[in-house]
Amino acid sequence: MIAPLLKMTGVHKSFGTKSVLRGVDLSVAPGQSLVIIGGSGTGKSVTIKCALGLLSPDAGDIHFDGETVTPSNADRIRERTGMLFQGGALFDSLTVWENVAFALLYRDGVKRSKAKDRAIETLAKVRLGAAAADLRPAELSGGMQKRVGLARAIIATPDLIFFDEPTTGLDPITADAVNDLILEQVKALGAAAVTITHDMASVRKIADEIAMLHEGRIIWRGPVSELDRSGDPHVEQFVHGRADGPIQPAL
Amino acid sequence: MTSEDSAVARPFRLIGRSTLGALAEIGRLTTFSGNVLGACVTPTIYVSEVLRQCVRIGFYSLPVVGLTAVFIGAALALNIYTGGSRFNAEQFVPNIVVLGITRELGPVLAGLMLAGRVSAGIAAEIGAMRVTEQIDALLTLSARPKRYLYAPRVIAATVTLPALVLVADIIGVMGGYLVAVGSLDFNWAAYLTNTWRFVTTGDIVSGLIKAAVFGAIIALMGCYQGDRSKGGAGGVGRAATLAVVGAAVLILASNYVLTSIFVRVGL
Repeated sequence: MIAPLLKMTGVHKSFGTKSVLRGVDLSVAPGQSLVIIGGSGTGKSVTIKCALGLLSPDAGDIHFDGETVTPSNADRIRERTGMLFQGGALFDSLTVWENVAFALLYRDGVKRSKAKDRAIETLAKVRLGAAAADLRPAELSGGMQKRVGLARAIIATPDLIFFDEPTTGLDPITADAVNDLILEQVKALGAAAVTITHDMASVRKIADEIAMLHEGRIIWRGPVSELDRSGDPHVEQFVHGRADGPIQPAL
Repeated sequence: MTSEDSAVARPFRLIGRSTLGALAEIGRLTTFSGNVLGACVTPTIYVSEVLRQCVRIGFYSLPVVGLTAVFIGAALALNIYTGGSRFNAEQFVPNIVVLGITRELGPVLAGLMLAGRVSAGIAAEIGAMRVTEQIDALLTLSARPKRYLYAPRVIAATVTLPALVLVADIIGVMGGYLVAVGSLDFNWAAYLTNTWRFVTTGDIVSGLIKAAVFGAIIALMGCYQGDRSKGGAGGVGRAATLAVVGAAVLILASNYVLTSIFVRVGL
């Protein structure tokens, strides 16, 4: 059996009196694409932020490639990961190519001319031309911002990439194009991927396995082929987008 | 517990809660400042970011600081002339203008103007970065916000505010000179000679030391409040307000402390 690249065991996280994660157990193998689904406010983003070391769990263990993630080694571990944020989280004050090459410029000390060449190469991988390189993020459409975010996530060839709602706010055609890019680039890198999404078309397209998060725990996990016959009422309600069922709408 | 006990205890509970809250805030600010100041004097320092912030904080603040200084210098000359004429001491206008501008009004007013312009700007910028996950994005790219965002701003403000104050000193003195020569019938050569002979290196240096401290306070308060902002546009606005108020209060308080020290050491 292949050792998991990321393993979370019994992870708890509370904010004040609100308990968000109540014992999350999750593992991702190298090269595997895991999609986490679940209603709004169930802790999907918190799970990713704990895995990245952006939030410290109150209890439980997180291991990356066999090493426990702690505040002291989180920086080093993050050098092997990439992240595409829901809103892109591109740096407003930098140009597109500086955003893409940020890790090369500020972490790896690559010279600006070389970093710009690498950024333009990576932008081409996400179907953006060199003309976009000198633009500011505010000059880009939502779909283009997602692609720049994807380029920034993959430029340093990470082993694990997190995608937080990669298609939210995009029209179905652009969303499908972004999904294709994600699939293509993750496969090209041979990286593992953990994706949070509500978009069932994305789930079916990019997932090898799916995990359902509900009330702070993973309540079901299985391959994408079993999604429609999971036998779990929570999963069925979520997949079919019904208001009636065990999950109460977050109104 | 009876309702009477509860009513008696309520004010004490409120005072206790407020005191603990204030102490916790002081602790957080002190820890944050210590971390950022540590990052200002240890590698890695992003020089290009420091230079960019020097232009944004220092160069673009020149007009506002210059205008403030010229009007304050002019008003100061008029006030000293009016007050001095009550006991035939009008001739001291150049001496008191240069002393007041270099030791006190130059650094304090430049500091307060920058608290409004720079501290609020930093808090709003960093607050917006916080609520749009740009700070999280920095961390995922292994860049520490305290090194990449905060230290360059603190270094830039600490270096550029003394330079701005030096300019404000010259413009402020010239404001007083223009009023004295133009409206109060002072001899221009005598005014300049009196100013030059009276001012000491200590007067100028003490003002520049204050300016450096105020610069650090302005940037630290902006970074601190921006870093703690949450809750969207409202949170960013609140962070900007808190940064300006906090910076202004700390500038005035530290001005008194620094002046006391300078008086004691004879500077």
